[in-house]
Amino acid sequence: MTADLLTAPASRARPARRSRRFRLATGLVLACAGLLCAVVLSVFLGARPIDLGVVLDALRHYDPAVDDHIVVRDLRIPRTLTGLAAGAALGLAGALTQALARNPLADPGLLGINQGAALGLVVAVAVAGTTHPLSVVWFAFVSASAAALLVFGIVVRGRGGADPVRLILAGMAVTYVLSGIVYAIVLQDYQTYQSYRSWVIGSLASPDPDQLAAMTPFLALGTALAVLLARPLNVLALGDETGHALGVRRARVRGLAGVVMVMLCGAATVLAGPIVFVGLVVPYLARMITGPDYRWLLPYSTVLAATLLLVADVVGRVIVRPSEVAVGVTMAFVGAPVLIAMIRRRGRLPRL
Amino acid sequence: MTVTHSPAPGAVWRRGRWSLLVHRRSVAVGLTLFGLVVAVGLISLAVGDYPISVPDTVRTLLGNGSVDTDYVIFEERLPRLLTALAAGAAFGASGALFQSLTRNPLGSPDIIGFTAGASTGALAAFLLVGTTLQFVATGAIIGGLASAVVVYGLAYRRGTTSYRLVLIGVAVQLLLLSTNTFLLMRADVLDAQSASWWLVGSLNGRDYGYAAIAGAAVVLLLPIALLLHRRCLMLELGDTSARTLGVPVERSRLAVATVGVGLAAGATASVGPIAFVALAAPQLARRLTTATGPGVLPAALMGALLLSVSDLIAQHGLGEDQAPVGVVSSCLGGAYLIWMLSRTRQGG
Repeated sequence: MTADLLTAPASRARPARRSRRFRLATGLVLACAGLLCAVVLSVFLGARPIDLGVVLDALRHYDPAVDDHIVVRDLRIPRTLTGLAAGAALGLAGALTQALARNPLADPGLLGINQGAALGLVVAVAVAGTTHPLSVVWFAFVSASAAALLVFGIVVRGRGGADPVRLILAGMAVTYVLSGIVYAIVLQDYQTYQSYRSWVIGSLASPDPDQLAAMTPFLALGTALAVLLARPLNVLALGDETGHALGVRRARVRGLAGVVMVMLCGAATVLAGPIVFVGLVVPYLARMITGPDYRWLLPYSTVLAATLLLVADVVGRVIVRPSEVAVGVTMAFVGAPVLIAMIRRRGRLPRL
Repeated sequence: MTVTHSPAPGAVWRRGRWSLLVHRRSVAVGLTLFGLVVAVGLISLAVGDYPISVPDTVRTLLGNGSVDTDYVIFEERLPRLLTALAAGAAFGASGALFQSLTRNPLGSPDIIGFTAGASTGALAAFLLVGTTLQFVATGAIIGGLASAVVVYGLAYRRGTTSYRLVLIGVAVQLLLLSTNTFLLMRADVLDAQSASWWLVGSLNGRDYGYAAIAGAAVVLLLPIALLLHRRCLMLELGDTSARTLGVPVERSRLAVATVGVGLAAGATASVGPIAFVALAAPQLARRLTTATGPGVLPAALMGALLLSVSDLIAQHGLGEDQAPVGVVSSCLGGAYLIWMLSRTRQGG
C-alpha cells in the first residue's frame, strides 16, 4: 500500500513527460515547416510581380539576359538568406540575453550592441569617408563588439560579479554615451544622417552577399556554441548557488553566453540594422510555449524568429506595391498586437 | 516594521503627534545636490558672449542690476536656465516614481509608452501640421498622454499587475518607435533632421512660457509625489504584501503612474523627450543616498543638476557647434553612471 503510494505519482509522471516532449518536438517540426513556407514566400513574392514559372526557371536555368532572373538571383535570394540569418541570430541572441540578464525587458541590443554598430557606421561614413558595404560592415561589427566588451568590463570591475541589474545599467549607460556621440555627428552632417537613417530603420532591402559572407563565420560559430550552452544554462536557471553545487562554473557560462550573444547579435545588427522586436519578443513567446528548458527554448526562439522576420519582410514588400515598408516597421506592426493579445489572454506570465 | 540590515540609518523627528524618520545620508546628499544646482545655475547665468561676474549676477538677481545685465540675465539666460532646472527635476522625479512602481531599473516614463508616444505626436505635428514649437509641444503632450492611457487600458484586466503593465508598455512602445521611424523615413531628409533635433531634446529659444509649463508640473505634482512616498514603499514589497498591509494597490498604482506621467508631460512639452534624465537621475541619486524607496526629491535634484550642467556644456563647452542638450545629457549621465558602476562594490 505504502509502496503503491510512493511509486504511483512517479509512474504517472513519466508518460506525461514523454508526451510533453513529443508535443514540443511536433511543435518544432511544425515551426520548421512554417519557416520553410516563409522562405518560399520570400523568394516568390515581391514588389515586382514575377510568375512562379519564371522564378523556378531562374533557379534552374539562370539566364543573365532576363531581368526577372537577375531580380531573383541577385536580390530575392540574398535578401532571403540575410533575413534568415539575421532573424535566427537575433532570436538565439535574445534567448541568451534573457538568461544573462534575467529580465524580460532585456533586448540583445541593450548591451550597447545597437549603438556600437551605429557608431561604427557613422564613423565609417563621416570620418573614414567610406560607404563601401564591406568596410562599413567591419567598422560596425568591431565597434559593436567593443561596446559590448566595455559593458562587460564595467560589470566585471565591481566586486558583485555579473549581477543582472548591473549588467542592464551598464548596458544602458554605454548605450546612452554612444547614442549621444552618434547624434552629435549625425545632426551636423547631412550625408551621414542619410546613411544612418536608412540603416537605423532596419531593412533588408539592399542585401549584400559580401556582407553576409563576411558575417557567416561568426553566425556559425555562435550558433554552435549556443547549442553547447543549453544544459549549463538550465542548471544556472536554478539559481547561482544550486548551479555552483551542481558543478557549473557560473562565471565561465555567463562569460561564454555573453560572447556568443555579441557574435550573433552583432552580426545580425550589422547586416539588417537594429531590429529590436525579434530579439525581445520571440524568446518571450517561445518561453510561453516551451517553459524554462533551454534545450527547447533555444531552437524554438531561433526558428520562430527567422520565420517572423521573413514574414514581416514579405508583408512589407507586398502591402504598398510598388514601394516597400522596411522590415523593422512591419515587424512591430505584426508582432506587437500578437504580443499584446498573448499578454492579455494569459493569466499567468512566465517570469525569469 | 523595523529596518534590520543597516544600523540606525536616520533620526526620528517628533513634534506632538507628528513624527518623521529622517534619513541622515539622504539629507546630506540632498543639501549637497541643492548647493551644486545653485552653483551651476549662477555659472550659467554668468558666462556667455556677454560675461557677467558672479557678484554682479547675484546683484542683478536681487534687483540691483544695470540695464544691460538686467536684459541679458532676465530676458536671455534666466528663462533657459529655469526651463532646464524645472524640466530636469520633473524628469528625475518621474523616473523615480516609475522605477519604484515597476521595481525595475529600466522603469521610466518610457515604460508606460509616454516618451515614445510623445515623440510620435511631436513628429506627426511637425511633419503634418506645422513646425513651430507650440504645435510640436502640443502634439507631444497629446501623443504621450494618449499612449499612456492606451497602455494602462490594455494592461487592465480586473486590475493590473506591475509586470503586465511593463510588458504591454514594451509592446506599445515598440509599435510607436516603428511608427516614428516610418514617419522619419517618409519625410524629406532635411525635415527629418530638424525633427530629430527636437526629439533629442533641446533648450534653444525657450522663453518663460516653457519654463512655466515645466515649473507648473514640478510645483503641483512634486508635493503629491512626496506624499505618495509611503505608498510606493509598500508597493515595492509586492502586491500581496502591500494588500496585506492595507494599501489599496490598484488605486495607489494609478495615482503613482498619473503623477509620474504628469511630470514627464510637463517636462516633455518644454524641452522634448529627454528620456535619459528620467532613467539615470534616480539611479545616480539612489546610489549616492543608499536609501530605500523611490527617493523622489534627490532624484529631482539630480535631474535638475544633470540637465543644467548638460546645457552649460552644450552652450559653451563645444566651441562653435551648439549641440542639443539631449546629446550632452546622454553622454554626461551615461559616463557618470559608468564611473559609478565600476566604482561601487555591490549592485542594487
